[in-house]
Amino acid sequence: MNAHSPRPSATAAAPGVAPARKKKTGSRAWRAVRHNLPFLIGASILLAVALIAICAGVLYPGDPRDMVTLPLSWPLTDNEYPLGSGSLGTDLASGLAHGAQASLLVGVSAASVGLLIGILVGAIGGYFGGIADDILVRITELFQTVPTFLLVIVLVAISGPSLPIIAGAIGVATWPTVARLVRAEFRTLRSNDFVLAARSLGYSTTRIIFGEILPNALPPIVVTTSVLAANAILTEAGLSFLGMGDPNLVSWGSMIADGRSLLRTEWFVTALPGAAITLTVLSLNLVGDGLNDILNPRSESNR
Amino acid sequence: MAAGRVVKVLSKTLPQAVPTMLGIVVLNFLLLKMLPGDVADTIAMEAGSATAESMAALRERLGLNLGLFDQVLVYLNNLIHLDLGKSARLGAPVTTLILGRLPDTLMLVLTALGFALVTGVLLGWIMSAFAGKWPDRLISVVLIFVYAMPGFWLGLMAIVLFSVKLGWLPSNGSASIGANYQGWAYFIDRLRYLVMPALALSLFYAAIYARLTRSAMLEVQQQDFMRTAAAKGLHPIVMQFRHALRNALIPVTTVAGMHLGNMLGGAMVIETVFGWPGMGSLALDSVINRDFAVLLGILLLSSLLVILANVIVDILQSWLDPRIELR
Amino acid sequence: MKTVPVLEVLDLAIGFPAARAVHGVSFEIHKGEMMALVGESGCGKSLTAFAIMRLLPPGARIQNGQVIFDGTDLATISPRELRRIRGNGISLILQEPMTSLNPVLTVGVQVAEIIRQHQNLSRAAAKARVLELFDLVGITEPHKRYDQYPHNFSGGMRQRVMIAMAVACNPALLIADEPTTALDVTIQAQVMDLLDKLRRELSMAVLLITHDLGVVAQWADRVAVMYAGRIVETAPVQKFFSAPQHPYSMGLLNSSVSNGEGAWHYTNHRLSEIKGSVASAAQATGCSFAPRCRHVIAPCHGGQPKLEAVEKGWLATCCRAQNQEERIHEFA
Repeated sequence: MNAHSPRPSATAAAPGVAPARKKKTGSRAWRAVRHNLPFLIGASILLAVALIAICAGVLYPGDPRDMVTLPLSWPLTDNEYPLGSGSLGTDLASGLAHGAQASLLVGVSAASVGLLIGILVGAIGGYFGGIADDILVRITELFQTVPTFLLVIVLVAISGPSLPIIAGAIGVATWPTVARLVRAEFRTLRSNDFVLAARSLGYSTTRIIFGEILPNALPPIVVTTSVLAANAILTEAGLSFLGMGDPNLVSWGSMIADGRSLLRTEWFVTALPGAAITLTVLSLNLVGDGLNDILNPRSESNR
Repeated sequence: MAAGRVVKVLSKTLPQAVPTMLGIVVLNFLLLKMLPGDVADTIAMEAGSATAESMAALRERLGLNLGLFDQVLVYLNNLIHLDLGKSARLGAPVTTLILGRLPDTLMLVLTALGFALVTGVLLGWIMSAFAGKWPDRLISVVLIFVYAMPGFWLGLMAIVLFSVKLGWLPSNGSASIGANYQGWAYFIDRLRYLVMPALALSLFYAAIYARLTRSAMLEVQQQDFMRTAAAKGLHPIVMQFRHALRNALIPVTTVAGMHLGNMLGGAMVIETVFGWPGMGSLALDSVINRDFAVLLGILLLSSLLVILANVIVDILQSWLDPRIELR
Repeated sequence: MKTVPVLEVLDLAIGFPAARAVHGVSFEIHKGEMMALVGESGCGKSLTAFAIMRLLPPGARIQNGQVIFDGTDLATISPRELRRIRGNGISLILQEPMTSLNPVLTVGVQVAEIIRQHQNLSRAAAKARVLELFDLVGITEPHKRYDQYPHNFSGGMRQRVMIAMAVACNPALLIADEPTTALDVTIQAQVMDLLDKLRRELSMAVLLITHDLGVVAQWADRVAVMYAGRIVETAPVQKFFSAPQHPYSMGLLNSSVSNGEGAWHYTNHRLSEIKGSVASAAQATGCSFAPRCRHVIAPCHGGQPKLEAVEKGWLATCCRAQNQEERIHEFA
């Protein structure tokens, strides 16, 4: 299922020439991108969301929690506030834009934390093997056994809800996926010719791991990153919905929580932020699937 | 499946499960240590007043004056006696509190898992049968959306549709209070409360299993033994059922087993949405009230449940896939 | 021959959406006869075999021709009628014994399945029949083996299971697609011996698909050589090996290593190769072998030559085949 494209092995022992996949696959990858409609759709949505998030402060200056209009006007009824208003007369459009900021920020930073830990653990275990690997695998299994969402909640409950803590907690709870993947990649790559060449040239272990092997293990890691970010956004939404999000930020999850009491009448207050989450997560998934097809041409048939 | 085979699987998987269990206990202990203040503070807070002497005595009694390693041992010893401490807020033993909520959570999670498996496998099967044609494409698009929706939001939207607009299903609780239904009526009543939360929890996973089943079924169709089966003159439905599906189920069960933990976590939010009186709402209550003994107890028990699920999956696997040799 | 053939293939054409792979193949097989269909990989021999049971891979279709079995045309009968024939009248053995059995079902169940599909037997009776069959094909300890899974069997043993399955309903025709290619040489002989014994005992016709001329020489009665989707020569085995008519047949014999009587061997004769590849046969006019043939004469480019009788039961599609004197001279 998880077929990766065959790795070019460097026959030349020239220093620093771990086979760079980009060069070889460059033009073919571009063609694959242009013909991959789901990827293009996903990338466009993601780009739009990111743009809104970045420009939120400019488009909607002022606190999205401020009362600006009459409460609970339905979408498309007020030209000034096209997406309607919340229970306290907040502008939902402004909330969604600022929420995009919070969601993407959490998604990106949680994925980074997860990647960092996962790559470190996976690379060390996969490259060195032996006892170090055994111990790291055990720890990875341990963290996979603990229910992710519960662990995040416990960590946030202990350390207090702020955006860095939330992102860190999500990262800490989700790194095992990355670690397993990186470990598998390293185990197959470590006996390749270009690693032997680098070793025979007396490169330091750190340089071999991060300079030679890691670039070649990147494609599947890139694909996983989008999944990681998507899951982080979903987890953050759940946290904020439970009232455990950063109290200083408006996030899509907290907007849903706000709308909950109005569910019987003004359900759009709940529906809109949920749709925003869905769209963003959807775009990340499409990008991930697309990247998988583009970077691993052989596996495109099993999607 | 022979009982001997089960014993064999257990003898192989249990020794692997024990270190993980120990690790989880240690992790839990460390999280406990991360808390501001210790158990003595909590108890003192509960009592309302404390002197320095009484605190010291309390710490000694609780073993808090011991070294870290000895403390782990004390903690372990308590665990073996099913003692997870007392809830600071409710005064009841944590074990009792959690076990009281466990059945409802298990009912929700297992129903959701079962539903996700049945729906997912069925949809995946249909998709594989129509691979590349419009039913496949249509279901794929729907699944991509379902896969991206937060379950709790899906639940809220279901409440809007089925409870508010249509008035078909109750939106809060796990049974009609004071109705005192008997037999069939009781079953139906519980079912009406169960449908929406289980659905909200399961659809995300159903989407995963559908995609997985689709690709596994397509892979199986290309195998030589499917041609052998056709050459025997078997009906296509028999071929799909007896020969293809069972092979395709192997990867699906592996993944489904790994999802139990995620579902327990997801159930927390879903239970809150639907006022379902399970472990999840207990956990949320304890977060709000900073009742960490309960919260950590839930984390511990959920992890142990996941280990149990892994063992069950191993047994199931050895039955589905005889190639898994029992060395 | 006066008897009605068990199977009669008439002008069978098989194509993929992009191109045609088999161009009008005709042959017949008689009761108890083992006929070998030989040729390089890609010549269409396996497609032809699968087409008989309508088990073509996705995309491939029968585009023309008839497959007459038991008075009906298998190419056009309903799926329901076809299922009555599959496994019952005609059965199939595949090349790769490691993958042709379902890994998650016991071999006993898999053999019993075919019996229960076609015969109205109870579970117990079917099991008794399976044990009998296991004994017949030389699987020792049938009782113990019945409940084992394919991965408990060696390649040769699995092929025996496949054979037990194939002969379970006493079919009139057995199609064996390279049944010994994946096996060790010693096991190959055992399996072929078994097939040979069974076809005599059950007077079953066998269509043997192979590229191994050694196997053909030793076990087959008749041989049909396929090249680029056409049968280029069909002959009784002795005649074929002593005096092949088609230049392609000669090439095949020259390039094969065999100890069979009268066959060429690298110890006494230099192995030669057939120049070029099947791919070069795609060009339109003339004999499809002409681009690779060493003996091309003018008529070769005139059009695809017909299969014509050299003598009774011996046909070839070569413009020069009729000129025996010249042929023998060239070949020697």
